[in-house]
Parts: sequence; structure tokens; C-alpha cells
Amino acid sequence: MKPSFLALRELSFARGRFALMGAVVALVAVLMVLLSGLSAGLVNDGVSGLQKLPVTSLAFQHDVEESSAYSRSIVTTDAVEPWREQPGVAAAAPFGNTLVNGRTDSGVEIDLALFGVELGSFLDPDVEDGSRLAGDGEVVISASAAEQGIDVGDTIVLEPSGMELRVVGTLAGQHTFGHVDIAYLSLRSWQEARAGVRAGDEVPDRVYREATAVAVQADDGGNVDLAAGDAAAKTTSMTLEDSFGASPGYTAETSTLQLIQAFLYAISALVVGAFFTVLTIQRRGEIAVLRAMGASKRYLLQESLLQSVVLLVVSAAVGIGVGLGMGVAVSATEMPFALEPWPIAGATLLLLGLGVAGAAVAVLRITRVDPLTALGGNR
Amino acid sequence: MNAALTLTDVTLTHGDGPETVTALDDVSLVVEPGELVAIVGPSGSGKSSLLAVAGALTTPTSGSVRLGDVDLVAARPRERDAVRRDRIGFVFQSGNLVPALTAVDQVRLPMTFGRAREHRDPMELLAEVGMDHKARRRPHELSGGERQRVGIARALVTRPSLLLVDEPTSALDRQRGQDIVALLARETHEHGVATVMVTHDHGILSHCDRVLEMLDGRLGVHVA
Ligand SMILES: Nc1ncnc2c1ncn2[C@@H]1O[C@H](COP(=O)(O)OP(=O)(O)OP(=O)(O)O)[C@@H](O)[C@H]1O
Ligand SMILES: [Mg+2]
Repeated sequence: MKPSFLALRELSFARGRFALMGAVVALVAVLMVLLSGLSAGLVNDGVSGLQKLPVTSLAFQHDVEESSAYSRSIVTTDAVEPWREQPGVAAAAPFGNTLVNGRTDSGVEIDLALFGVELGSFLDPDVEDGSRLAGDGEVVISASAAEQGIDVGDTIVLEPSGMELRVVGTLAGQHTFGHVDIAYLSLRSWQEARAGVRAGDEVPDRVYREATAVAVQADDGGNVDLAAGDAAAKTTSMTLEDSFGASPGYTAETSTLQLIQAFLYAISALVVGAFFTVLTIQRRGEIAVLRAMGASKRYLLQESLLQSVVLLVVSAAVGIGVGLGMGVAVSATEMPFALEPWPIAGATLLLLGLGVAGAAVAVLRITRVDPLTALGGNR
Repeated sequence: MNAALTLTDVTLTHGDGPETVTALDDVSLVVEPGELVAIVGPSGSGKSSLLAVAGALTTPTSGSVRLGDVDLVAARPRERDAVRRDRIGFVFQSGNLVPALTAVDQVRLPMTFGRAREHRDPMELLAEVGMDHKARRRPHELSGGERQRVGIARALVTRPSLLLVDEPTSALDRQRGQDIVALLARETHEHGVATVMVTHDHGILSHCDRVLEMLDGRLGVHVA
């Protein structure tokens, strides 16, 4: 049995029709690549700074609203010790997170996510340029902030408090949180920045005992009993991945894009299904003749499915090629956009799989054609 | 030796109750290899029904249909597909070629349906029906008679023992009709095929070895 003989000849004979259908699939593939890039870009912009934390879980304030834990949570530094003592915990340290506006001495306006860490703790980041944090009033910033014209040696003045932070180093790669560049600083400076302390203010002791969460790092391959730790420290834990949903806008953005992508797959499967339905109905007379000549149902199903696979693979390849080209152009702009191979590969498989499924449902009507109708004039 | 086609007491009815239509009424027919049998008769008399039963497209209500040593009534659907593929050739009213295929590919097509048996050479066969000079043409570039010739070559490529022909001349003028039936007669005699041809065209009957007439589902000898 060699169904490709007929399948390929019909594809080339009706290339006009198939090209029209292929163009639709190719356009869907272009959109799919762009959406995938946008989606990855938004995730990077939203949580790349979190993804790069050497952290397995975060212990937030007991009873905090989970969807806004990063902005609402306050824990005291007393909660760190119980966590350190939990079995399976390699390290635990206070972690501070707050969003601020600032302006550099050279006049660049910038929004920053301040990550407060204890100097020398496992959270204290390595730098690519300049030097590591060595004391209060210093920050190291995301490489992406450097692209906006902020360099080692600049001073950032926070508004409205007027607090001054000196840039001593830059991190390797993009570190952003909630679409804002991250600046690491000492926990003490973070506490003052969050409280809005101005030079010369009387600072209540309470301020120096507060952090956003306790960052926990589990032993390699080890498992930490989060519930037991929460009970001991009176906190609410989230794994690092779960905490992404607590960062600003993350859930809304990713679920919107996922919804659009799901619609795209459904539309393309339906369009391919409709195309093969019409094609099969038009071919009914021919199919009856082939069946009368002894072609099995299996032969004819394979023939049509092969056509749909060739159509989908060729047009998806063209669409992905065009999409990647456009993606490279978009990547060069300010848009949050990142071309990542795995999400695109997964999306492609889904597009092809659902397309073939749509075609399969359509061509099943081949099995209902009665070869008897090949006789006489009743075609 | 077995006859190529043997129908014994075949009855085919459609519907049931008072609406029942008897398309074939107790029909018996034996066709030997190398014999061209024509079947004439008025519209609705059951000619197409006879082809459908002989061609394993329908199972009769009662009676037996044998193709050589194969019992078509007892065969399962898949076996009937295989019998049609390997042992029966169909020639349809207006050729019924596949629009996408060139003449030579039309003839090759049945060879792709299953494991290759002893097929005839497609180009040689096209030459035999006088179509080798137009082997690369598609159906829309051929005349009605040329399509019919390609259709005959396609039906013969698998060396069938039974050739079933449904009104081969209905779309052709007189001279072309004569040529086509002469071709069918030659193929039938040279290759020992049993051929059953349904026709309305009384001008072509002189080429046939035997002429039978259907009347209200009954098969009888045709009186000219
Ligand atoms: N599927 C069916 N359901 C009901 N009746 C049918 C069906 N097929 C055929 N018949 C009836 O069976 C009878 C024989 O039909 P058949 O098609 O064999 O005639 P025919 O001799 O080929 O006619 P024609 O010369 O017009 O092609 C007719 O009365 C027809 O109406
Ligand atoms: Mg008929």
C-alpha cells in the first residue's frame, strides 16, 4: 500500500487551494511565535530577578494575601532563626522587597525594585562589573538598568525621601521584578528606604527588625517540611515558583496570553478541519470510484492524513521562519520579548497535533462513502 | 474448471413491506473467461444492480455469487475490498478518472492500493489502448473517448479475471463508441478476461459474444 503516490500528486495538482490553506496556518504560526516571545519576555520582565534567586521557598507574613505577598508581607527578623533550625534547610536569611522611584545625579529617572539582603548571606549577589556590596548606602543593579544609562559610580536619589544610594556594581544579565530593574542593597538600607527615612529622622527600632520574607534554601536534593517551618516561625511559605504569582501583574499577564494562545490553537484546528471537510465532500465521487476499484478505507484515510501532515508541517515551518525573523527584529526594541526554543517547540507541536486532529475528524467521513455510488449516473 | 463469474438464483430487493422494490429477481448467469457479455434493457430494469452484485459492491438478498473459487456472499467487507482490488476491473460511464493524475499515473494508481502482484506494464498497456502518445496528459486535456481508453487500461492493469463495464459509450459519438467496444472485445479475447458490459446502445452489440436482456429484474435472452 502506497498512499503517498496519490497524496503528493493531488497536493501538487491542487496547490492553489492548499497554498491558501497553508497561508492561514503559516500566519497562525507567525502569531504563535510572536506571542510565545512576548509571553517569555513578559515572564522575564516580571520575575527574572526571582528566578535567579538561590532560593527554594519564601516564608511570608502569617495570613498574608497570597496574590500580593511581595508588596504586603512584613515579617520580623526573629522568624529567621526558627527557619535556620528546620531539618533540610541549608540557609535562611531575611529578604526585603519594595518598589521605589528615583533619579540619578545625571538626571535619569528610574523605577527600581529594591531587594534588601544581609551582606555576606547566601542572597548577597555576585557582580559582573564593579564590586560587591560592602556597606550601607550602596547598590548593585541589574545589567538592564545599565542599558538605561546608569553606571557604576552614579548616585541614585530616592523620591520623595531624598535617600542617596551609590551604584557600586552591576549584575550579570537581566534581573527584573514586576517590569522594573532590581537594585540589591544592604538590609539596613532597605529598611530605611522602605520606611521613607530622611536624613536626621528619628528611626523607631521596629523598622530595623522588619523584612518582607525569610528566604530559605534547601539542602541539595533535600526536602524541607514547609508546614512545620511555618508553624515554628509563624509564617506562610510559598515555593519560589508559586511566589511568581504574588508578583505584580504576573498572573493577569500570563493567563491573558495563555488564553489568546489557546484560542489560536482552537481556531487553527477548526480551520484545518473545515478545509478538509470541504475537500472530502468535494472528493466524494472520486472516493467512491477509488473504493470501487478496491482501495481500502485505510489507504484513503492515510492518503488524506498524509496531505494534512505535509500541509501543516510545511506551512508551520514557513510561519515559524517568518515569526523568528520578526522576533529578532522585535527583540532589538524596548518591547519585553524573548525567543526561547522550548516554548516555541512545544507550541509548534501543539499546533501540528491539533491541526492533524482537526483534519482527522474531517477525513473520517471517507469511511461513510458508499462505493456503490460509483456506478450509474448518480454521482 | 470454474467459470470466471457464476451467479445462481440471485435476488436483490430494496426496502421492505409494501414498498419493496425487486431490482434482481432470481437471476442466474455464467460468464466464461474470454467472453464478452452485453446486457441491455430499459431504465430501471436492474442492469446496474447486476453489476453491483457481480462487482462485490452489494450483497444480494439471496442466492450465490462466485468469482472463480471465491464466494462473494460469504466474504467479509475487507475481503471484498481485496477481491475488487485484485480480481475485478471496473470501467465506469465517463471514465471517472482522478483529475490530478496523468494518463500513465491513472494506470499506475491501482498498483499502489496493495502489495504489488503481477501487474501489467502501464506504458505497454497505454500503447495497447492507443494512448501512449498522450501518457502525460491529465483528464481535462483528453477527449471523452480518450478518457474511456485510459479507464480501460486502468481497469486491466491488475490482470483482473472479471471486467465490469457500465455504459461505456453513453458519452461518446457513434464511431468512437464502436472503437471503444472493439477495444474491449479485443482485450477480452486476448487476455481471457470475463467481461460483462451494460449498455443502452444497440449499435455496438455486434462486437459481443452474447447479448442478454433485463426486464423488471429478470434476465433473459435478447431477441434482436
Ligand atoms: N438504493 C436503492 N433503493 C431503492 N431502490 C433502488 C435502489 N437502487 C436501485 N433501486 C431500484 O432498483 C431497480 C433497478 O435499478 P438499477 O439501477 O439496477 O436499474 P438500471 O437497469 O441500471 O437502470 P438505468 O438504465 O436507468 O441505469 C429500479 O427500480 C430502482 O429504482
Ligand atoms: Mg444503471
